[in-house]
Amino acid sequence: MPKIIIDGNEIEFKQGQTIIEAAKDHGIEIPHFCWHPKLSVSGNCRMCLVEVEKMPKLVIACATVASEGMVVHTQSPKTIAARNAVMEFLLINHPLDCPICDEAGECKLQDYAYQHSIGESRFVEEKVHKDKRVKIGPRVMFDAERCISCSRCIRFCDEIAKDSELTFTRRGDRVTITTFPGEELDNPYSMNVVDICPVGALTNADFRFKARVWDMSHTNSICIGCSRGCNIEIWVRNNEILRLTPRHNEDVNSYWMCDHGRLNTFKFVNSETRVNSPHIRKEGQLIRVSWDEAFAEAASRLRTFGKDQIAVIGSAYATCEDNYLVSKFAKNILGTGNLDFIRHIDYSFADDILRKEDLTPNSLGAELMGVKPLKNGLNVEEIIKSIKEGKIKALYLIEDDILTADPEIETYLAKLELLIVHAANFNQSTNFADIVFPAATYAEKNGTFINFQGRLQRIRPAVATIEVDRALEGMALSRLDKFGTKFDRWAQGKHFDARATWKILTSLSNAFGSRWKYKMAEDVFDEMVSSIPELKGLNYDIIGDLGVQLKLEKVNVV
Amino acid sequence: MAQTSDSLKKRKKDLTFWQKIYIPEIAKGLALTFKNMIRPKFTMEYPEEKFIPPPSYRGRPVLVLEETGEERCVACGLCSRVCPALAIEVQAAETEREKERYPQKFEINMLRCIFCGLCEEVCPEEAIVMSKDYELAFTNREDAIYGKDKLLTPVSQLKDRIEFLRKYK
Repeated sequence: MPKIIIDGNEIEFKQGQTIIEAAKDHGIEIPHFCWHPKLSVSGNCRMCLVEVEKMPKLVIACATVASEGMVVHTQSPKTIAARNAVMEFLLINHPLDCPICDEAGECKLQDYAYQHSIGESRFVEEKVHKDKRVKIGPRVMFDAERCISCSRCIRFCDEIAKDSELTFTRRGDRVTITTFPGEELDNPYSMNVVDICPVGALTNADFRFKARVWDMSHTNSICIGCSRGCNIEIWVRNNEILRLTPRHNEDVNSYWMCDHGRLNTFKFVNSETRVNSPHIRKEGQLIRVSWDEAFAEAASRLRTFGKDQIAVIGSAYATCEDNYLVSKFAKNILGTGNLDFIRHIDYSFADDILRKEDLTPNSLGAELMGVKPLKNGLNVEEIIKSIKEGKIKALYLIEDDILTADPEIETYLAKLELLIVHAANFNQSTNFADIVFPAATYAEKNGTFINFQGRLQRIRPAVATIEVDRALEGMALSRLDKFGTKFDRWAQGKHFDARATWKILTSLSNAFGSRWKYKMAEDVFDEMVSSIPELKGLNYDIIGDLGVQLKLEKVNVV
Repeated sequence: MAQTSDSLKKRKKDLTFWQKIYIPEIAKGLALTFKNMIRPKFTMEYPEEKFIPPPSYRGRPVLVLEETGEERCVACGLCSRVCPALAIEVQAAETEREKERYPQKFEINMLRCIFCGLCEEVCPEEAIVMSKDYELAFTNREDAIYGKDKLLTPVSQLKDRIEFLRKYK
């Protein structure tokens, strides 16, 4: 492999790589604003200027292709002087109101001002004033004064979202970003520009001003918006999710995620409609009861039905661990083969970028865990038909809403003798339920999902339920989580009395007299590994942050 | 003990006649008492009489309320971040004013506050300053959490401290 020398270190590079790419591969960061590994090179910020021996002038590392024997200096006096000059130039018209700006704390310009700037301005004239608080799209706010014209957002729309909406207008210090006439920044991936904007010019309209970044904890997880399973980080303050951001995983979502996933997959976690503690229907009303009472009631009522009268519906929203126990519970405890899960397919949602037609995160997982009809068992359509015919008298529904599968079933649900639902939020199905178990959401439990590629990925708890202590569970802690007491209002965020489906089923099975011993999701996973050949040799540590590709026979459930 | 009684004996023996009859010594003592009776007093009759501290004094932190009726605070959260006792909670929100950020909620837990003045020092807007108020008594924990209603103080009442800060900070 060819070699170049950066700051005295000889490093190898692949033919065709630019200096900045070669340096990045070896952990050397060359400061930059406009360069992004997944976007084309525009070379307009001039921050990555480096000195290359035998070249007459400094060159930009992002647009200079590395060649054999090149000697690059990123810390030479000439480079540092150039960098300071670029910073001074950028800061001439940039407002000095970091306290107001929402980007503060994760701002490249702010960081570089500390690292690569002399810290003083010689500019005494009035700064150029431009438009502030521009609603550039339905989900993104734009502050033209803060913009440093790096053009990352323009290139993102052109190259990644494939929907050219943004462009520069005017020139010199009056240059600004605007949408083309009659357009707005409303492509399904528009909010990624907020992440790649190196300053506070483009901000998330939903999250804006809600919290300082240093007050939140962040937890690696997986988006549940569709079967892509984009890698995300969940940002939490005071036990409330405030935003989701994409996490880099080249095999799944690169640096991006869609706006639907970013905005519509976390608000139900802290919503008013959450099921808080188990409920039993008494005299037509769902009444809050203790866990023990709910388990006893569920077990005694389930016992009164014959095997063919019961059906169990698992969930592609639930984890593999949940579905594994759903399947085990149906087969071993209830002894029924009427087992399936509801597909949520919407072809209009899919596109060629990230979005997939399957709107659940774990269809493949549910299937691999054995949530499918046994021989002579009924599938979802047949279960629904049998409920209408009155053949199925008891339905056990996990983390889903059966009315989404068939709205007409509403009138028949009331006729069921027993409907038990695991639900995070009250929905149309819980309106008819006799027993409701509060299910922990994806943000409150450990577990795994299998995405449409057959990739096994982990989710981790970011929000604590009532029985969880963040520190003891090893959850991510913000400074406020670490030091808050029950007397601090900023540490009194709502905790729900909910449990993961695998945990509920473990207790319920034990109420039937079996001896399931799962204490953690990992215990369930370990058993899955020994009984499902596709998972052989895996554990949570191996799956890690980026997941593991499984070898599945069938990779498409649709 | 033996030694002590020895020295006592010795001392008694050494006293002069005037000392032995006590009367001049009593007169001396009374003179001192009367002198102090007519000297000016230093004791304050608190709470009838209030102590007004100098501008360097760090009383409870307050938020500056401009003459226009708006707070100076832009809810940047730096005071909350720097506070070693985690006494301050700020919730920002958006406003139509020129400075687009304002504190929707600003609470100082006076049971946590240690009057160190770091919030005042870090504030980029001179919006939180240490006042001269030292009268802090509560009967329960809830009362000790001061919201914007108790914190906002007109800038006219804080001139002393702001001048002091501009001179020495």
